[in-house]
Amino acid sequence: MSRPEAHTATGAPAVERVTLRPPRLPSWSVAALAVGSLALGIAIGLIGGFESRVQWGLIAAVVFVATTFWLSAAIEGRRFATDRMAAILVWACFIVAVLPLASLLWETVARGLPGVDWYFLTHSMNGVLSWQDGGGIYHAILGTVQQVLLASLIALPLGLLTAVYLVEYGRGRLAKAITFFVDVMTGIPSIVAGLFILSLWIMMLDFGYSGFAGAMALAILMMPIVVRSTEEMLKLVPNELREASLAMGVPKWRTILKVVLPTAIGGITTGVMLALARIAGETAPIILLVFGNNMINGNAFEGAQSSLPLYIYEQWGYGTEAAYDRAWAAALVLIAFVMILNLAARGIARWKAPKTGR
Amino acid sequence: MPSHTKSTARLGDRVFSNLSKGSGIALLAIMAAIAVFLAIRAVVAIRANEGNFLTTFAWDANADPPYFGIAVLLFGTVVSSVIAMVLAVPVAVGIALFISHYAPRRLAAGIGYVVDLLAAVPSIIYGLWGALYLVPQLTGLYEWLDQFFGWTGVFAYDGTPARSLMTVGILLAIMILPIITSVTREVFLQTPKANQEAALALGATRWEVVRMTVLPFGRSGVISASMLGLGRALGETMAVATVLSPSFLINASLLESGGGTFAQNIASQFKEAGSMGRDALIASGLVLFLLTLLVNGAARLIIARRKEYSGANA
Repeated sequence: MSRPEAHTATGAPAVERVTLRPPRLPSWSVAALAVGSLALGIAIGLIGGFESRVQWGLIAAVVFVATTFWLSAAIEGRRFATDRMAAILVWACFIVAVLPLASLLWETVARGLPGVDWYFLTHSMNGVLSWQDGGGIYHAILGTVQQVLLASLIALPLGLLTAVYLVEYGRGRLAKAITFFVDVMTGIPSIVAGLFILSLWIMMLDFGYSGFAGAMALAILMMPIVVRSTEEMLKLVPNELREASLAMGVPKWRTILKVVLPTAIGGITTGVMLALARIAGETAPIILLVFGNNMINGNAFEGAQSSLPLYIYEQWGYGTEAAYDRAWAAALVLIAFVMILNLAARGIARWKAPKTGR
Repeated sequence: MPSHTKSTARLGDRVFSNLSKGSGIALLAIMAAIAVFLAIRAVVAIRANEGNFLTTFAWDANADPPYFGIAVLLFGTVVSSVIAMVLAVPVAVGIALFISHYAPRRLAAGIGYVVDLLAAVPSIIYGLWGALYLVPQLTGLYEWLDQFFGWTGVFAYDGTPARSLMTVGILLAIMILPIITSVTREVFLQTPKANQEAALALGATRWEVVRMTVLPFGRSGVISASMLGLGRALGETMAVATVLSPSFLINASLLESGGGTFAQNIASQFKEAGSMGRDALIASGLVLFLLTLLVNGAARLIIARRKEYSGANA
């Protein structure tokens, strides 16, 4: 490594070992620095008598960043020191973001798990007062499932056909306008969709609160997601397939129904399930349109219903310990529901992925 | 015989193409209907309003005569969303870089997966977690902020439960992190390999590669991802409704409770609202609608411009 030593040792032939690699810190040094500064942080924290562990961590972090930068700048040069700072910063971003998200999942599972049992899943809140233990979410699950199914009955045909139009037929101004507004529609706040159905269905046409009213608002939220994902999937279908079918004399509509859609069905299913997962967790339009009900109401077209997100909101609102427990348990069930839909969607996507050689 | 098959084919084609065109038009009609129906109700409410819709600091829409204004809501919505953006965008870009360029490859795939899953967690669960877990945790931070920055007035803190616009901003930041991250990551991953390798060949460090190739390439992607996140933060209802302790005053301090947002106000006032109260809430919803329309439209235009640009490259 060090050239002067090499000189003296070998003596006569002064072969200089020229190295083009700049001096670098050994790979273990970062870990060593991290451990060292952590120890220093804890030591300062203990001696200084700081109560909060967060302060210990912050001191350790500052020491770590400062020593790493100084050492790296001294040995490797400024550019590499900056590079190391950037790497630390990126890692820090990752850790900072993971903490709350991990905490969210952990809290939900830890506080929710004790409350979830068969009784909880199969009973309603009928006759259970807010401070009492017991009660369940059967009515809420029923409501959620019915509303989501109704919403997809409305949104799926419209969404799929719109996507087909955009990919297979749409040219010119109309197609451009639809594409743009589908994109904009994706960003409509759920509460605005709720207000729209409220003003149209309940205030103007004078219908009452019902699961169906909520489903219409959910359909508005679902449609753009379905259009978007279906459109992307249809675009992946190779043109050769269409041309082959058309060359056989198959009319275009049958080509679309029998060749294009079946080819893309895996991706389309994935998109639909992701959309279902998204709307299953919507609360705001349900508050405005379905209103909430402690009893089991199996008729989505008549009378107030409940739904899982709304149930969580109501239980949170009661503010008693028993109600909080129920809220966490319902939150766990809802997360599980959404995650299962998501995982299933991704499973289907992987299973049926169009082979594009990517 | 041939003419027969031809005519049915034509009929089927006509029906199917009109059907699909029709649903496209129906979609546009729904968008238009949303604007129109909200506007009809909003006009009723604003006509009857005794206060100034834009500047009144009160929400007595059920009183006779009704007296309400959106000043506080607009302030709260914008401020909490801006806090969320300031906190979330740099961190999201960091995580996206982490996934695309820093993490070990195996880990990166897993993290990307988890981020996508987190983007699907319903907002009510963020709200529940925020209200019952996050709010007590933030007291310490706010006391610290008060101790050192309390003199600014913006960070003054009185020790009450941290149900303030700042808390809302922090919670919204956590909520929109996954969505901004996943869009940004996709853009970063599309950075042309040739550019990155060229930079490496010139002896650039990893950070220099990122700064010279990835960030410039992904800039418009980051902007549009942020706007999508902003749109979501503006319209978020449940997370705000559970965390914020609302009032119709603008508090100079971001750390003390008070204020409100459009969506939160609608959700919390709805059950007590009479017919005029509902119209007033719909009027505020129309403002929120226009606000998000503006933000999302801008985001889409940026994305569209980038698409053309990258299409030219391909």
